[in-house]
Order: sequence, then structure tokens, then C-alpha cells
Amino acid sequence: MTYINENYDVVVIGAGHAGCEAALASARLGMKTIIFAVNLDSIAMMPCNPSIGGTSKGHLVREIDALGGEMGKNIDKTYIQSRMLNTGKGPAVHSLRAQADKFKYSKSMKRVLENTEHLVIRQGEVTDLIFHDQKIRGVVTVSGATYHCQAVIIATGTYLKARCIYGDVSINSGPNGLQAANHLSQSLEKLGIEIYRFKTGTPARIDGRTVDYSKMEEQIGDESIVPFSFSHKEEDIKREQISCYLTYTNDGTHRIIHNNLDRSPLYSGTIEGTGPRYCPSIEDKVVRFSDKERHQIFLEPEGEETNEVYVQGMSSSLPEDVQRDMLRTLPGMKHCTIMRIGYAIEYDCINPLQLKSTLEFKELSGLYSAGQFNGSSGYEEAAAQGLMAGINATMKILGRDEIVLDRSQAYIGVLIDDLVTKGTNEPYRMMTSRAEYRLLLRQDNADLRLSEIGYAIGLLSKERVDRVINKRNSIEEEIHRLRKKTVGANEAINSFLNKYNSTPIKSGITLAELLKRPELNYIALNEIDSDRPKLKDEVTQQVNIQLKYEGYIKRQLKQVEQFKKLEKKYLPAQIEYEAIGGLRIEARQKLSKIKPRSIGQASRISGVSPADISVLLVYLEQLKRAK
Amino acid sequence: MNDTIAAIATALSASGIGIIRLSGEDAIKIADQLFISPKGKLLKDQRSHTLNYGYIVDPSTQKVIDEVLVSIMRQPNTYTKEDVVEINGHGGIIVMQKLLQLVLSLGARLAEPGEFTKRAFLNGRLDLSQAEAVIDIINAKTDMALKSSVGQLEGALSLRVKPVRQEILSLIAHIEASIDYPEYDIDDLSNALVIEQLDEMISTLNQLLETADNGKIIREGIQTIIVGKPNVGKSSLMNALLKERRAIVTDIPGTTRDTLEEYMTISGIPIKIIDTAGIRETEDIVEKIGVSRTKELIDDADLVIMMLDISVPISQEDYNVLELIKTKKAIVLVNKIDLNKQYELGYLKSLIKDLPFIPVSLKDNIGLEILEKTIKDMFLSGSIDFNQTPYITNIRHKHALEKAINSLKTVISSIQNAMPEDCWAIDLKNAYDFLGEIIGESMGDSIIDQIFSQFCLGK
Repeated sequence: MTYINENYDVVVIGAGHAGCEAALASARLGMKTIIFAVNLDSIAMMPCNPSIGGTSKGHLVREIDALGGEMGKNIDKTYIQSRMLNTGKGPAVHSLRAQADKFKYSKSMKRVLENTEHLVIRQGEVTDLIFHDQKIRGVVTVSGATYHCQAVIIATGTYLKARCIYGDVSINSGPNGLQAANHLSQSLEKLGIEIYRFKTGTPARIDGRTVDYSKMEEQIGDESIVPFSFSHKEEDIKREQISCYLTYTNDGTHRIIHNNLDRSPLYSGTIEGTGPRYCPSIEDKVVRFSDKERHQIFLEPEGEETNEVYVQGMSSSLPEDVQRDMLRTLPGMKHCTIMRIGYAIEYDCINPLQLKSTLEFKELSGLYSAGQFNGSSGYEEAAAQGLMAGINATMKILGRDEIVLDRSQAYIGVLIDDLVTKGTNEPYRMMTSRAEYRLLLRQDNADLRLSEIGYAIGLLSKERVDRVINKRNSIEEEIHRLRKKTVGANEAINSFLNKYNSTPIKSGITLAELLKRPELNYIALNEIDSDRPKLKDEVTQQVNIQLKYEGYIKRQLKQVEQFKKLEKKYLPAQIEYEAIGGLRIEARQKLSKIKPRSIGQASRISGVSPADISVLLVYLEQLKRAK
Repeated sequence: MNDTIAAIATALSASGIGIIRLSGEDAIKIADQLFISPKGKLLKDQRSHTLNYGYIVDPSTQKVIDEVLVSIMRQPNTYTKEDVVEINGHGGIIVMQKLLQLVLSLGARLAEPGEFTKRAFLNGRLDLSQAEAVIDIINAKTDMALKSSVGQLEGALSLRVKPVRQEILSLIAHIEASIDYPEYDIDDLSNALVIEQLDEMISTLNQLLETADNGKIIREGIQTIIVGKPNVGKSSLMNALLKERRAIVTDIPGTTRDTLEEYMTISGIPIKIIDTAGIRETEDIVEKIGVSRTKELIDDADLVIMMLDISVPISQEDYNVLELIKTKKAIVLVNKIDLNKQYELGYLKSLIKDLPFIPVSLKDNIGLEILEKTIKDMFLSGSIDFNQTPYITNIRHKHALEKAINSLKTVISSIQNAMPEDCWAIDLKNAYDFLGEIIGESMGDSIIDQIFSQFCLGK
């Protein structure tokens, strides 16, 4: 039976990485918030890899932190190994990745939620949405309880009608043997929401005691740790690190896979969902790249207080015995014991083209969604969307301006814009190559890019934003000083240059110009820079990057300027594209469906041509003048 | 104000005069870099709505390109309500193209179809009632541009651009894969090898540019056919015309029908001679392909050159053809005037009324200059006309090639300056996009598709 239970401002369905950020953001902004999970032990669970960050994902985490989200702080508290990837490449693609103690990560996030004011945590499955008079009104749980609210954020991850598959075993369960959520999909369909069926997978976990690590390459963490959170200092979070190990598949592994392909649900057709190219199963890799002699396999500990080890690179839905046999072909794993079997998981998600850039459903006022439910993959992608959905749901309730980050401001902007503009037909993974202004969107400057926005929203403290403002000023002053300071062509300078194999100078040159030489940098120049002020590393690092890559940065800034012009030409939501005669038919259909917020977004829709954009501009002008 | 756009504003055929129009914030600045006034005036110092006499000089070679009148019109009292410059030249099509290319190389952007009108409207110059018309212009011009690029899509240019583009994509994918999957064992790119590869691409693109200059990718011109009986001298005329100028002979068989096409320019006017298979074999076209087919060819042509032999009597077939060309743009050539006449020129003139006729002797090289002058006059007076869109397409393509080459050169200098790979990727992507403009393809998800087809990645 149905009974009235409680009243809230915001209801969050699901307490994974998206749900947690959404609930925290809304509660911290003063919204009375309730978050539901089918099992409270699964809050911020990491059902797949035990790591946070990596290329582009690390960028997302730092952006989340700069806006006032929790993921960065939480991983700083619970990491067991930290590395900055790509340090041999340019600063734009340096990427922070940490191995997490996934049990501590989950517990620690739960604790943060528990201690957040205005936030109620409840175990229970939401089965229905209440929607009338063009607005979301509340949710109903499996027990029949009704929760009234002004906004709902769906963050159900892979739980909706989840089915786990390996070999000929197919179980209707969520990840990690947790209960699936089987009712909500129907309610969504009733509301006219277009549902997709996606698939992803995870490898086996093995018992670390049964592995001979001496046969593998050890991968140790960095000596110097960069925290994810801009509010942490290295010394706050420094700790003993745990190693990962690298090994490889071989002929034997591939033979076992080939011999058992007919037993794979992927090839027998049992699995219908669309899987991501980004995390192919080992059977996929062996079939698609049959000429590759070996594939890398990383062994990653799942935590400090467990023997479970994650076998990265061996995601599989082959039968249990085949998984065991193939794992045992790897060097050092001859006697390994499986603790959890690898599986493929199918789940309901939505076509994200139904969403606005705020992550609110276009046709369902007050209903927001985030994470894997929106067709993405990855903890970080989920958290980023959760944060933005939580923020925007709150902004709407408070009658404040919506917060939409554009593609030139943040990876978060790229992620959400891709999802709501281009859609996706496989679980969407963030990649640095998706960001057109990659050189500007660095992980090292996420605070400079976004802190003021985080502060304006109300999630970032005054103290933190002031620190960023001071940092920016110091950077600018120092760059200015280096541009002004000239060194002459004297013997001291040229012997310094000689030492660095740098061409001697014949006439005076500024330190800023010298710094741009590939063989020199800010630190090296100390020797010939007598009146250098004492500055923090975070400042000098920015000075170095901003001067060294100045040419490229300037060019990208110019492109951004062009980009912003179209981004700021907003299209009213009620335009009837079908009635605009000059648009080609395909463009009319796409525009009617996607309802872009700006001319800029419209121009990124496939099937909308430059001529269509011209027509839209003319139409907009007509509207403006008709007023 | 907006970025600066440029286009040839006049129909190329109407007269010898042509106008290049620029609109946007740098219009005057760009024009000043090309314009030399005999009195040393700078355009930026001139008052608005003035006409200025001088020369256009190619800044890279210091060569004079054309004698011109340049009008400058400052915002807001202009068609687009932006600064507008119009360069009035009179050097014909080739010179107009050259002028446009210069303007583009100095930073103007080739206008999109209908863009001047679009700007006029968006800047409030046209009233609301004209909005529909503006949309129609945009769409009509886009259609026309698309139509003319269809030939290009299947043409030699895109066939040669595609492999270069694929090679760039493969390089980008390699860089991106190693960036996005640092823990995977993707081989590092060797700087020396990449530079070598880029040099090769640049030289391929440079070759394409050169052929563009030679007009090989200009696949349009005044469609001209030569008709006449066997042994009247059709092949001699063809050879004489081709020999004298930089012949633009293609080795690509005409995709249409049973003909080959020969390209040449006469006084800067592009001519495409439909070489009906008969000409070379000194056969009679009419006899070979029949009267109705001949009529079709004549109808399709912009210009018909009818050849007669004064040493043999006019035949029934000749009369038939003369009848067909009466209402067409045509020139009658009376060849072999060095031999004995079989009829009087006056008689011929009475047959053809107003059509120009020229007595020639191809053997003694008499009369060819008159033929050329006649063609030129007919063209400049507007009595023969042709579709100019392919020329603009061509300029667009050339410009895109140049930009792609520059981007690839920037990649090389990035490598030489020890810049990291993600910086190379910026200009590689630009080059990929510029080449994409030629074949009408954009980046889309192609990089990511390429990464996952080229490399085995993922957990």
C-alpha cells in the first residue's frame, strides 16, 4: 500500500559515485536531501577497477574538486598508490591516477555522507516516479512509501534490470552480486523516456597469496605525491604505498580463449547490449587483434586489508573454468585461485539526447539524471555528472541561474556536451582527445579555471577561492617580471647557456624568451635570475607552463573566442524547427529532438550543416526584431 | 565586427571588370598590404566611400598583379554594416582568382555561400521582410556550391587528398593512443621518422598545389566544340591552339560519353574543348555520331567553332550544321585560304548572317590571332558565358591545401623545438580538418574510431 512518508527538496536515486556527489552538492547547498541505495554497504562502491583518475579522468576529478565536490578528497584519504602519468609528455596530458583501497574508499565516502547536514541516507529501492502537471512530484519505494520532493536525480548506474553473465550462467543481479533494480525502468518508459541497453564487464579477482610476484614487473608509486584535492598538501596525505604488478598473456592464454569462444555469451549471442570499445574483454582483444602476440595484464591490489587482487586487462564473460584456465597461463599465476569470477553486465540506461545541458530531462521538469544511467562509463565520469546534476537541481529549486560549463572551460563541459549533443551508442568514456582545447584544460590549472564558479555556486569556501585568486595574481606578476627582465650577452650568461647546450646570445634577451627554449626552464634560470622572489611551487609551475607553451595557448585562446560567440547565441526552447522553411529536413528533425541551448551546440549536432546554422542565425535575428 | 570574409563579387564572364569584395574588421588592413598607390597613399588614411587608383602587388614576389580601383567603405554605411573594401580589377578570370588568393593568404576567409547577405541581415541592414529571401539565397548558393563540388568529390583531387589525410589520422591516433593509454606498450614515435613522413606529405600536397596552378584541377571552362568535315583541319586547329599555349592536357578520359576534354586558356579565359572522338581521326563528327547527337553537343556547348574548307564546295552536311549553329554562339572558320577558292566569302556571309567568320590558313599560320581575339571579345562582351562556381570551389580547395601544408610545417617545427606530442597533435588535427574541407568530411569521431581500430587498448 501507498502511504505518505516524508517531504524533501531533492531525492537522489542511487548512491554510487554520481549519486554521492549529487546528494552532497544539494545538501551542502541547503537542500533537504534524501539518497537511496539498494544496499547501504554499496555506497561509493567500486565494482570494477580499484583506481581513481588516469588520463582525462584525473582531470575530471580535479575539476570536481575545484568546484567543491568530494571525489578528490576521498581518494586522497584512501589511496594506496599514486602516480602522475604521462610526465614524459606535455603538461596538458599529465594525468593523476591513484590506486584506491576500495573498501576504505567506500566507507570513507559513506562517513562523509552520514555527517553531512540536510542529508538523509536510506536503504531501499525506488520503484516509481510521481509526475503530474508537467512536474516531478516525488518517488515511491518498493515498500509503498511516497517521498514528495521538487527534484529527482536518477543515478542508478548499472542496476536497472541488471543481468550478469558468464559462460552459460545468466543471473538477474546487479554488480558484485547485489540486488538489481527491476521496477524503475517501467516507470521511466511510462513517462516516455527512451531506454537503451548497454553492456560492460569486469575481470576476475584472485587471491594475492596464490600469485608469484617475482615473475612479474613491479610497478611502484611516485616518490613525490600530488594530491587530487587542491585543499590538500603533499605532507597531509603522504603514506606507505603498495605496488602493482605487470605481466603478459601468451600463446597458451590465447589458445584457451580461441578454443572456448563458442562458450562465450558474447559470441553465442546471449548478450544483446552494446559494449564499450574502451574496455574490451580479453576474448574481444584476442579475436580483434589476432596478430598481437601478447597483451598487458596489470595486477592491482583491491585494498590494504584484503588479499583480493584485480586482474586488469582480463575482463571476461567466458565460463568459470575457462577463466580459471586462462588466468593460470600467466607467468606467476600458475596456481592462482579465483575469489570473484569475471562477468559481463547488461543494464538499462537512457539515450542522453533527452537531456538538457543541465542534465535535466527536456520534457520532464525537475527530473535529472547522472552517471552510467546516462550512457557513460567510469567512476569519474559519473561523479562529474552527479555533481552537476546536484548543483542544477538545486539552482532550479532556488530559482538561480543554471550552471553549464562549456567545452572551453572544463572536461566536465566536454563530457556533458558530448552526451547531450551527440549521444552515444556505447558506454561513453572520457578521453583527452575529445577535448578540443586540451592545452587549456590541464589538470594543474583546474583550480584556476573553476574555483570562482565553485565559490559562486556556494560549494567552495571563501578561503579556498581567495587562495586561488592570490595564486593567479602571483603567477601574473611573475610572468610580467620575467617579460621585463633582460639579461645581457655577457660571459656569465653565455657560459650558463653553454652548460645547458643552449645557443649563446649575441644581444640582450628577456628571461621569458630564454625560458621558451626547450633545454631551459624556470628552475634552471634561477642561476641567472638574481632578484627572483620566493614563490610556491604551484606558482612557478604555472609560470613555466604558461610561458613555455605560450604560442599554442594563445592560438587555442583565439579559437575559444570564436567558439564562445556561437555558444552565447541562445536558442529559445520553444522554437518550432519544423516550421522553419529554410532548414533541411534532416536538420529540422535533429534540432526538434535535441533542442540545443545555443547556436554553438546546434552546430555540433551531426546532420546540421553550416547552411542550416546560417538559416538559424537569420531566424534568431527575425525573432529578436519581431519583439 | 566579425572576422573578414572575401569573395569574387561579380559574375566572371560579364565583362573584363571583376570585383573582389572584403567585409569585416580587417578588410582595410588586408587591402593595404596589397595595394600600392602611385602617390603612396594608404587606404587606411582615406575617407570613407572613396575610390582609389593604384596597383595590386603580390607582397611575396613584389610583382604587379593588376591595375585597379579600390573603393573603401567604412561601417556602418555599407551593405554589411561592416568595413567593406571592393577591389575593381580588369585582368580577367585568372587575375581575379589570383587576387582572391592573395586576400585569403593575408587572413581573410573565403565567404560562405550567401554570407555577405547574411551579414547584411544579421547586422540590421536588411529589413525583416527580407529574411526569407536571405534564407533562399543561402540555400540556393549552397546548393550550387554542392553541385559543383560533386565533380570534385569523385575527381582526381580527392583521390589524392584522401591517402594523405588517412596518414595524418593514423599519426594522430598513434599520438592520442599513447596519451590516453600511457600504461600500454605503444611504440614511441621516432621524431626523425615522423618528420620524414610529414615532409613526404607536404611534398605530395605541394604537387597538388602546383597542378592546381596549372589548372589541372580546374575542370571547367568555356565548353567549346569544333565541328567540320573530314580533312577540314580540325586536328590542325586543335594542335595549333594547344601548341601555342601552356596546354592543359589531361590524361583523364572524359567521364561523359565518347569524348575527351582539352583545357587551355586564351588571354586568361579558360577554354574546355570537347574533343569529340572524331577530331583526332579527322573523321566527320556528324557522320560518325549522327545529326541528332551533333545537335546535342552543339546545344550543350557554350561556343561552337564550325570549320569549312574553302578549297572544296560546301556540302549538304555543312549546310545542316550551319543551320544548327545559327542561333548559337559560334564562330565560322574558313580554312585553307592559301588554296583555290571553290566559293566566295560573300556567299558564305549571306548564309551565316551575323556570325563572325574568320578566313584562316592553319598551314601558314594565318588568322589564329584573329580567332583568339574574337573569342576574347565574345567572352568579355558577355556574349558567351559559363558557370563560375567551380572556380570558387577551386580557390577554396587551393586555400585549404595551403593551410594544411602550413599546419604540417608547424608540426615539424614543434618537433624540432622539442615540444611534446600533444602539441604536435594540435596542428595535425588542423591539417586533417583543412584537408577535410576539400572532400567535405569533418573530424567527428574519426580519431577515436581510428585509435580503437589501430590499437588494442582497455582494461
